[in-house]
Formats: sequence, structure tokens, C-alpha cells
Amino acid sequence: MEKLRETPSQTVGPFFAYGLTAVQYSYDYTSIADDRLVDLSTDGNRIIITGCVYDGQGKVVPDAMIELWQVDGSGQYRTTPLEKDRENFIGFGRLGTGTQAGCQFCFTTVKPGALDGQSPHINVILFMRGSLLHLYTRIYFDDEKSNEKDPLLNSVPSERRHTLIAKQSSRNGNTEYKFDIYMQGDKETVFFDVKN
Amino acid sequence: MTNKMEKTDYNVHPPHLCEGYKSTIFRSPTKPLVPVASMLKDITMPAFGESVIRQWDNDLTKNGRRNGEPIGERIKMSGRVTDQFNRPLQNVLVEVWQANSAGRYIHKAEIHDAPIDPNFLGAGRMLTDNEGRYSFYTIKPGAYPWGNHHNAWRPNHIHFSVIGRQFEQRLVTQMYFPGDPLFEFDPIFQSVPKHARELLIAKFRMDWTEPEFAVAYEFNIVMSGANKTPFE
Repeated sequence: MEKLRETPSQTVGPFFAYGLTAVQYSYDYTSIADDRLVDLSTDGNRIIITGCVYDGQGKVVPDAMIELWQVDGSGQYRTTPLEKDRENFIGFGRLGTGTQAGCQFCFTTVKPGALDGQSPHINVILFMRGSLLHLYTRIYFDDEKSNEKDPLLNSVPSERRHTLIAKQSSRNGNTEYKFDIYMQGDKETVFFDVKN
Repeated sequence: MTNKMEKTDYNVHPPHLCEGYKSTIFRSPTKPLVPVASMLKDITMPAFGESVIRQWDNDLTKNGRRNGEPIGERIKMSGRVTDQFNRPLQNVLVEVWQANSAGRYIHKAEIHDAPIDPNFLGAGRMLTDNEGRYSFYTIKPGAYPWGNHHNAWRPNHIHFSVIGRQFEQRLVTQMYFPGDPLFEFDPIFQSVPKHARELLIAKFRMDWTEPEFAVAYEFNIVMSGANKTPFE
């Protein structure tokens, strides 16, 4: 049979919050995901991922939406469906950048394990007004030696690899990694083409 | 019928930079996307259980009621979510959000001078069934102005978000209504290659229209899956 054409992408627009991230933005509706990718019972090293999205003029983007999807501490993706009472390892997160000071995003998770010879990483999907087609990127960690052998990192021009590596810091005793996303300029984040 | 001599153009997505839509100018990447080896694409996306869907989440005429019914034209939206080989995507999450019948979003940053409907939230979600079908009732959204250029108006539309099975099957889009006079003036709609714009327009379905209740539209969603044939 003849292959169908895909449905074209359109921007998420400026007004997604009450539908996609309602609880975070205090709308009277539920959310299917938020800033928390784990609960208190989840095994692994608890970490916080923070950052901002910057546009081509260096301004923080106040209306982006970020989704994270990652393996657990032992390197496994969650395979059971996500339910309303998101319990144990969730692995999927979603936040808008419009509610925290400085338009930061801040996710709580565990450090992902290694998977199939890849260095620990978190998949990122980025949406915003002004983006007609969502963008894929990845968070790697600056304290992982295995980054040097990661096949995807190695496919990125060496001078741009740093844009994918989150930097560790410590805040209030928590391990925090900072991952800023730059849409344009010298520090333009590497985005991946997963469709072709 | 498709003319067999004519090659189907599978390039349906808008470019990242589309100068007519001004917000893309400083928000689109300037460097080419880095290709990903096929093994790294085989990531299964999260699945969602029935418990994330509440009663009336598939009925936007009911899930925002406070003291009465929302105002406007009640419609029924239905369709299938499939891959490019017309295979249903079962149990995938479809999220929708939209303006009310006056063209006003409930979003707090929205400043358009049109009334908020106290009985309409404008957001819903559902899981597809075994045939990949989804369906919901809503109120037909109105057109609204935006600041992109002088006298800029968005055509009536409903936003859709679908989380498919594979990493590449993530879609956020907007569905439009047939015959909208604003199509030719809207840079967001126009950002899609000309041949593919029809894929964003719902079809009016008299045969699905519910007598004395709701006019029906069909909007089918086809998710990426270009490199996999049904026989692999």
C-alpha cells in the first residue's frame, strides 16, 4: 500500500499551560506529568536538573515546554504505563518555563544508568512558541568518563559537544546539574534529527 | 486517486525558521540538526494508563462547567491515530486545548478583549482505542487576534499533542476547520508546505453528525514511522 503522509507539525503556541502543564501553572485541571520523575522510594542517586532556555538575543524564554524521558538508575526505561498516582520510577517529566524565578526549569530525578554502551543521558524534547517543529536534544553529565566513548556524542562535532553536557554543582546538599539550552549563537545547543 | 506517475512528497513539516512567523527568528536553530544513527532512535515512549483520564476529559462541554453550559456551537471531533502504514496506534495519549467560542483562551497571559466563558476550560485528553480511534465533544473555537503583524488573526483551531510509541512519534500540531477565510493570511498555517496543508484541515462529516446535538468533524493523525515497513 502507499505510505501515508505524516500529519505536519505546528507550534505549541503561547497558551499550552492550562492543557499540558495545568497543575504547575495553577489551573483547575490535572497534569499527566510534572517536575518529578521519581518518588521517595525510587532507587538511585537523586539529582536535580535545572536550566533555562535562551533565545537568539540572549533572553530567557518564558514560554517553552520541556519533556524529559530517561532510564532508571539501573539503565531500564519504564515499560509499565504511567498512572494517575505516579509512583516509584516515572522517568517522564514535563515542565513549562513560566512559573519559576528567572524562567528556570527544575526537575527531580535519579542519575540514569548506562544503557547499551551509551553514556548515562536524559532525552529532551523542547517545544515553544516560535518553534514550528519540536526539537530533540540530550543531557549528558560532566562527571561521566564514559562520555568519551558515547556513540551519539562522538557523532557531534567536537567543538559543539559541550552544549550537551550538564555541569554538576551542589546546592543545599543536593546534587544539581545545570543544563542551559541556547537556541542560537556561539553556544547554540546541538539538536538531533531523529526522523530521517 | 493519486496519479501513479506523481511521486508523493513526504516533506510535510514546516521549516524551523519561517520569517513570516516572527517568533521563529530568534527561536529557531541556525545550525543543521545532527543525524542520529538508527539504533539510537529505537526508544519506546512512555505509555499511559486509563487512570490518567478522568470522567469528562473527552467532553470539553462538560469538564469546565461551574454554573451552566458553555456557550457556542457544540461539535464532535473524531479520528484515528495511525502510523504511515495505516496501522492503528493503540492506547496512545491525545491531549487537546483550544480557545472558547469567542476566541479567548483561559490562559492568564492572554489579553485579547473577548469574554471568558466561566463554563469552559478548553482542555481535554483521551487514550486511543484498539483501532487507534479518539473522539471528544467540544465547542467550536473562535478566531483570535495576535501580535505577529498588523491585523493578524489566527484561524479557528484546536491544538493537539500526541505521544506515540516511538521516540520519533511525538507530535504537537493544530487542527483547522474547512474553508476558513483566514488560512491565506496566517503564517503559522502557511508555514507548512503547500501540498501538506490539507492534512491539518478536519473534514466535515454529515454521516457522523448527531441529530439535534452536534456537528461532526473527522481529523486523522498520521505519526512518523517512515523507515519501518509492516513486514519488518
